[in-house]
Order: sequence, then C-alpha cells, then structure tokens
Amino acid sequence: MADQDLLETDQPLLVAESLSKSYGRIAACRDVSFSLYPGEVLAIVGESGSGKSTLLQLLSGQLAASGGQVSYRMRDGVTRDLAALGEAERRLLFRTDWGFVHQDPAQGLRMAVSAGANVGERLMAVGWNHYGRIRESASDWLTRVEIDVARIDDAPRTYSGGMRQRLQIARNLVTGPRLVFMDEPTGGLDVSVQARLLDLLRNLVAELHLAVVIVTHDLAVARLLSHRVMVMKGGRVIETGLTDQVLDDPREPYSQLLVSSILPP
Amino acid sequence: MTAMIDIADANKTFTMHLQGGIELPVVRGVTFHVDPGECVVLSGPSGAGKSSILKMIFGNYRCDSGRIGIRHRGEVIDLATAEPRQVLNVRRATIGYVSQFLRAVPRVATIDVVAEPLIVNGMTRADAQARAGELLHRLNIPERLWQLPPATFSGGEQQRVNIARGFISELPILLLDEPTASLDAANRAVVVALVAEKKRQGVAMVAIVHDDEIRHLIADRIVDVTSFAAAA
Repeated sequence: MADQDLLETDQPLLVAESLSKSYGRIAACRDVSFSLYPGEVLAIVGESGSGKSTLLQLLSGQLAASGGQVSYRMRDGVTRDLAALGEAERRLLFRTDWGFVHQDPAQGLRMAVSAGANVGERLMAVGWNHYGRIRESASDWLTRVEIDVARIDDAPRTYSGGMRQRLQIARNLVTGPRLVFMDEPTGGLDVSVQARLLDLLRNLVAELHLAVVIVTHDLAVARLLSHRVMVMKGGRVIETGLTDQVLDDPREPYSQLLVSSILPP
Repeated sequence: MTAMIDIADANKTFTMHLQGGIELPVVRGVTFHVDPGECVVLSGPSGAGKSSILKMIFGNYRCDSGRIGIRHRGEVIDLATAEPRQVLNVRRATIGYVSQFLRAVPRVATIDVVAEPLIVNGMTRADAQARAGELLHRLNIPERLWQLPPATFSGGEQQRVNIARGFISELPILLLDEPTASLDAANRAVVVALVAEKKRQGVAMVAIVHDDEIRHLIADRIVDVTSFAAAA
C-alpha cells in the first residue's frame, strides 16, 4: 500500500506537549506528551480516576488545560495550537475532521430524530443541501455499520444499545474525519454485541486509515484495536509502548497488576 | 552486513513487581545471525528461553540491553531501540511471526484470516483470496470450511490456518514457533516443503521445533540456547 511509505515519513497529526490539568490541589492529568500519526490507534488504559477521560477531553479541546498544549495538523497542512483556535474554527473541526464516540450513544446522538437525520445532520453542517444525496449517503453509512436501511426513518430511541452505538459511529464517520476520539465505546454493551462492534471498528479504522485515541479500561479492546498503549495512573502516564509489548511484557508494577488482573476467558 | 538478522549480546530479565520484585533472568548474551535463505533452529529444553528470543526478534519482548539488528528495506534497524512506529513498519514489511496459537478475530472468515497479510500489503482481495485458497488447499483445510471463522475449528486445523496466514506473506524474515506441534505426518510434510520453498526465495527463518525429524529436515544451522542461559 502506498501509505506504508507515508507512515515512515509523514508528520504527526496530533501532538500533546506537557499537558496538565488540575482542579484546585487535585492534579487530574500531569505532564502528558505524545505524538499521534495518521492511521495510528492509541489506547489510553487505566482504572477509573486515573485521568484518562480528562486527558481525552483536553486532547479534543473540550476542556482547557492548566499547562502545556495540544496542536493539530489541519487539512491545509498547517499545524495549529488548539487553544489558539477560535470557537467557530474549533466547532468546524469537530463537525468535519474529528469524530467523538461517547460511551453512552444518547450523548452523541439526537434520540428523538430519525437515524437518517442523525447521520445527515453532520453533512448539512458542512454545507450539503441536496436531500437525495444526503439520504443516499446516510443509507450507505447505515449499511456500512450493519444497520438495516429499512430502519432509516426510525429514531434511535427505538434501537438496541448495539445499534445505537453503531449509528453513533456512522454519524461520526460520514464526514470523513481523520481523527476520532472514543471514550469506552464498548462500555455498556453485552459481550456478544461488543465483539461485533469491535470487529466493525477494526475494519473501518483500517479501511479509512483513521487516527484514533481510544480510552478504555478493557485491555482486550486495547489489544484488538490499538497499535500503541499508554498506561495511566494518578493522572500520569506510567508506561507506554507498542500494545503487544506493554501487554505481554509490562514493566511497571501497576501495568503488571493490570495485565495480571484479567480473568481468563 | 548481509545478514537479515544480527543479534549481539542481547539480554532479557523479567522483574516481577507483584512477587516482591523478583528478578527472573531469561537470557543473557544472545548472539547469532541469520543469512537470507537460511533456517536457524533454536534448540534447548523447555524454559531455556527459545520463545523469548523469538519474541525479542519480533519486538514483542523488549531487550534490557544488546542489539537486535534487522535488515529492513535495505537498512539495518535495531529493534532493541526502535520507536514503536518503526517496529510496526518492520512487522508489516519485513518480519512475519507464526505463533503456536491462532489469535482469531471473531466473525472473520478463514479465507480472509489467511488473505489479510497480502491485502494489508496492497494486493486486491480477489487475488489474495485465490492465494489463500491455494495454501489452505495444500494444508488440507477443506473448502467447505473456508467461509467459517476458525474459532470453532480443531486445534490442528487452527494451527494450519495460522501456518497458511504466516506463509502467505512475501516477507523476507519468518519466525516459526513450533509450526508442526499438533500436525499429523502429512501436514508436517507440507510445512517442511513450505519452509524449503521459502529458503529458495531467500527468506531468513528462525524456528523452534521439538520434533527431531523435522528439525533435521529444515535446519541449516542449530543454535543452542542453553549457551545463553541466564542463570547466574
């Protein structure tokens, strides 16, 4: 594939430098730095309260950092400091080049409007106005996430949990983003539904060459989806490396504890 | 350097923090090389560190010190110090690993499990599936199983799917961890033939094989791992 060589020479898409966030005396996130490249999937793992969700919010510009900065290489190739973007620019980024998949689909969908409108809305936000083409694209995306097109006019509140999550993914991907943030995307789902969603995500991420930052406490999810892992504890990144290195040969005491705590299937 | 793999003085110790920080030395002073078209078999009793060495060459286990030189696209990359992205590139373009067990993704059909390494490297799905079919056929996996995910297959069938997936690639280095462990005589012979073909194509291989007969058939050289015993 042509992108193989790209992988070795390209520039990072997202760069975090010494990111920190404190709430009064409590440091939720301390001195986090990394670079994320196009097509790369980074999993942030750790227990509740480790700072992983705070980090995700800092990276996606939803929370202002107390220190450090996040920069993003825009579609025009210019790398910009997120904090220096205007509100309108940031919102445009969120509607076009970024996606955000919430653990609870109700947070990322409009539950009372149809599935087709949920997907089409993002297209309209970037200037699509031809009803037929929007509907065609929405149907296409529903098919890609394995939702029966016959359900296109139904509202997601009539959908099962797994279908809602797949719809949220379609809504995010319809504008062709290059970077998707995911917060425990398989969190509230049954195991069998999880497996299907993971398989779907894995294929879409590879096919669309997406960069992903995924927060998960489930190491199996990290193993299946991610190239790299960052282990967080107490707001700090305590270990980072290739996913299989960190999971098969963890070095830090806490990483070893995490890995050894997995129940055998 | 013309060797595909050139390992010098590589060391590996596990520190078990949950067991009071016990140090578990695995291997020390690992030094050997593998030329193109050569199959080096690692020998030694269970627990001597053979699989660990294979994992160090794949970048799965990190080295504490020493060097794992890999010839990757005409350059030498030291996997002991390489960035994660470089290790991934080396795995995509240079090193294949055939483990003992298939780590299958749910729902993916056998034919696609086997074809995937070719598709990732740019071959069309149809061509890749045709090649996958040939290999599955050679390894005696009946065609009626090709569309099923391998999760429900027997151990031997899964291993053959894994072998097909490992041998389908055109990577210049292959690491084989007991590729014939649960195979019958007919399928062991197929694996021996596949290894011979890879040698003719100039592929450098490192293998762990417990079966003496197979070892004699595929080994060009034997490296005795007990000489790297880490016991102080």
